[in-house]
Amino acid sequence: MGHPAPLVAPQPSLAAALKKLVGTDLLSHDFAADEDSITVDRDAIAGVMIALRDNLEYQQMMEIAGVDYPERPERFEVVYHLLSVTKNHRLRVRVTTDEATPVPTIVPVWPNAGWLEREVFDMYGVLFAGNPDLRRILTDYGFQGHPQRKDFPLTGYTELRYSEEDKRVVYEPVKLAQDFRNFDFLSPWEGADYVLPGDEKAGGTGEAPGKGAPTPMTAKEVKASDDKAKAPPPPTPKTTDKPEQTGAGAKANIKAAKTSRDGASAKGSTKPAKTPATTKAEKAPAKPRAPRKPKGGDA
Amino acid sequence: MTDSPPNYSAGVKHHGSDMFEGYPVDTADTAGDQTVTNYTINFGPQHPAAHGVLRMVMELDGEIIERVDPHVGLLHRGTEKLIEYKTYLQALPYFDRLDYCSPLGMEHSYVLAIEKLLDLEVPARAQYLRVLFAELTRICNHMLNIGSHVMDVGAMTPNLWIFELREDCLNFFERASGARMHSAYFRPGGVHQDVPEKLLVDIGEWCDKRLPELFGDAMSLVIDNRIFKQRNVDIATVSKEDALAWGFSGPMIRGSGIAWDLRKSQPYDAYAKMDFDIPVGTRGDCYDRFMVRVEEVYQSAKIIKQCLRDMPTGPIASLDRKVVPPKRGEMKQSMESLIHHFKLYTEGFHVPAGEVYVATESPKGEFGVYLVSDGSNKPYRCKIRPTAFSHLQAMDMMSKGHMLADTTAIIGAIDVVFGECDR
Repeated sequence: MGHPAPLVAPQPSLAAALKKLVGTDLLSHDFAADEDSITVDRDAIAGVMIALRDNLEYQQMMEIAGVDYPERPERFEVVYHLLSVTKNHRLRVRVTTDEATPVPTIVPVWPNAGWLEREVFDMYGVLFAGNPDLRRILTDYGFQGHPQRKDFPLTGYTELRYSEEDKRVVYEPVKLAQDFRNFDFLSPWEGADYVLPGDEKAGGTGEAPGKGAPTPMTAKEVKASDDKAKAPPPPTPKTTDKPEQTGAGAKANIKAAKTSRDGASAKGSTKPAKTPATTKAEKAPAKPRAPRKPKGGDA
Repeated sequence: MTDSPPNYSAGVKHHGSDMFEGYPVDTADTAGDQTVTNYTINFGPQHPAAHGVLRMVMELDGEIIERVDPHVGLLHRGTEKLIEYKTYLQALPYFDRLDYCSPLGMEHSYVLAIEKLLDLEVPARAQYLRVLFAELTRICNHMLNIGSHVMDVGAMTPNLWIFELREDCLNFFERASGARMHSAYFRPGGVHQDVPEKLLVDIGEWCDKRLPELFGDAMSLVIDNRIFKQRNVDIATVSKEDALAWGFSGPMIRGSGIAWDLRKSQPYDAYAKMDFDIPVGTRGDCYDRFMVRVEEVYQSAKIIKQCLRDMPTGPIASLDRKVVPPKRGEMKQSMESLIHHFKLYTEGFHVPAGEVYVATESPKGEFGVYLVSDGSNKPYRCKIRPTAFSHLQAMDMMSKGHMLADTTAIIGAIDVVFGECDR
C-alpha cells in the first residue's frame, strides 16, 4: 500500500455472498490490486447482473470494456464495472466469448449498457444478443472491420481525402509516405521474444531463434569461426580484364604482356598476382568452378 | 426573385424559375390541410450549441421532441488503439486531448492507475500539487461550461466575463507546466516540475479576490434571472432512480439529489485531508445541475486555499529512479542519471502484469481508466470511461416531450465535450 489511487474499503464478506448468490455460474473470483473481479458464465450474465443489482446493491454499471487476447480459444473478454453507491464498492464482472458467440445483453438491467455494448461491438465485433440497437457507434458510417482487435493494424486500411476533381471526399487504400515504425525499446538481453534484424542469418551460432541477440562469442569461438570461414577460399571468378590474362596459358600470357602498350607497368602489377594457385587453375579450364584447394602462400 | 411569393402549386411558370424545372410540383391545395406528420431534423454536427461535433437525429411533432438519436464518434481518433502502441509515459499526453476543457482531470485518472499497478508511493507535495491543479482545472472547466450554458439559453455577458477567469486559469497552467492547455503536468510518480513560489501566491490571491468578485458578479446576472429560470427549471428532470440506472456521475448525479462524489467517498491523493462540501440539487433539472456547478466552483476555491495553506515542501515526484526520470541538469552531471534518463525516455518503465480500474471525479463526472498491463513497457489495453457516454445516451430519455429549443439547455447542462466522448 502507499499508492495514492482512490481508496475503496475491501469487502471481506463479498466472496461468500457471491458464492451464495451466483452459485455455479461463478467461474472464478479473485482479489488483486485491491479490486474484486469475478468471471461468470456467459449465458447467465443477465441474471447475474440482476442479482448483483438487486441483492448486492450494485446500483450502477459504469463501464463495459472489451479486451482481446488472440491466443486464447475464446479470444474476447467483456468486462463490466459495477459500482455500489451505498456500499461504496466496485466490482468487475467478466465474461469471455469469441467472434461468433453472442453475449446476452444487459440493456434491460441497465439502460446505459446500450451504447457501451455498441462500442464493444464496434471495436471488437462481439455480438450482443438482444441489444435493440446494435449499430456501430464510434467509427465512420460504412466502416468495415473492428479496429481494437489486436490483428487490426494501427494505420487502418482506408484513408479519406477531399478530391478536387470529384468535388467530394473520397476513400482510398492507405498509402503511407513512410512505413509505420514501431520502435521496440525492450532490452534484448531481458527476454525480448524477437530476432534482431540480421540475427536470422546467424543460425549456426548455437543460439535458438527467439532468444534475442546472441551472447558475445569467446576468443576461442571467434578464432574457430574465422578458421571455418577461411577454409574454402572464395572461388576467384575468371576474368580477363587485363590484356595479359589471355586465358590461353602461361606462354600466351607472357607474350600478351610484352605486346601491351603499358607493358612495363602491367608486368610489375601482375607479377605478385600470378600465384601458383591461379596458374594451376588456368591450366585446368575444364572444371573452373570446382572448389580449390588452398596452397601455401595463398593470402 | 419576385415581389409576391411564387405559387408553385398552381403550376405557373415564373420568370427565372428554371431551377424548379423537372421537379415534381405538388398541385394539391395545401391551404387548410391539417394533416401534420412527424418530421425528422438533423441537429448538428455543425451547430454552435452542440458543443462540438454532435449530430442528433431528432424526430419532432411540431416543436415537441418525440425521439432523439445522438450520433457520436465524429471526433473519434482511436486514442485507445494509439495508447497500446506507446509507452506509459508517451501515452500520457493523449489524455490532455480527450477532454480538452479539463486536461489535468483526465491525466489524473491515468497516472493514478499506473501508480496503483506499480504500487508506487507519491510524495506529499506532489499529491497536494495535483489536487491544487485538479481543482484549478475544475474551475477552468466550469467557467467554460457555465458560460456556454448561459449563452446557449440567451445570455451573452456572463460568458464574456467568466472567460476572463478561464484565461487566468490557463495562465496559471502555463506558469506551472509551460503549456496553457495540453500541460502533461501530472506524471506517474508525481508531477513534472515544481512550481515557483510566486505562482502559489498569485493563485491564492486570485482565489481570494478576483475569482469571487468576477464570478459572483457574473452569476448575479444569471441565477435569479427570470428568463434563465424559465429556460432551465423543470427541464429534463431526472429522478434519483433514473440517474443511478443510466450511470450518471458528477454534477449530473448530484443535481438529481444523490450526494455522491468520488473525492469524498473514495479519496485519492490528498483529498482525504481536504474539507469541502458536496452541493446537491433538489429537483434534478437543468437548473439544479447548473447550480451544482456554480457551488462547486466555490468549493474548489476552498480546496485550493487549503492546499496552499498545508502544502509541505519536499520532492515533487517519487524518488524511485526506475520510474521517474532524473531532471535534465542532473542528467548532465551524473553517469547514473544519464543512463536512467536514456532508458526511461526510450524503453520506459515496465509495469507489473495486472489490471486496475481507477476512476476520479473529473469536472464532468466519473472519469475512469481501465488499464490492463501484460508486464511490458506498453499498456496492453487502456479503456477510457468517458463521462459523456452515459449522459448523452440519456438524451433521448431526458428530452422526450420537451421543446426543440430546450435541447440546447439540456446539452449545456450535460457538459459534454466530444474529445472525451468519442476518444
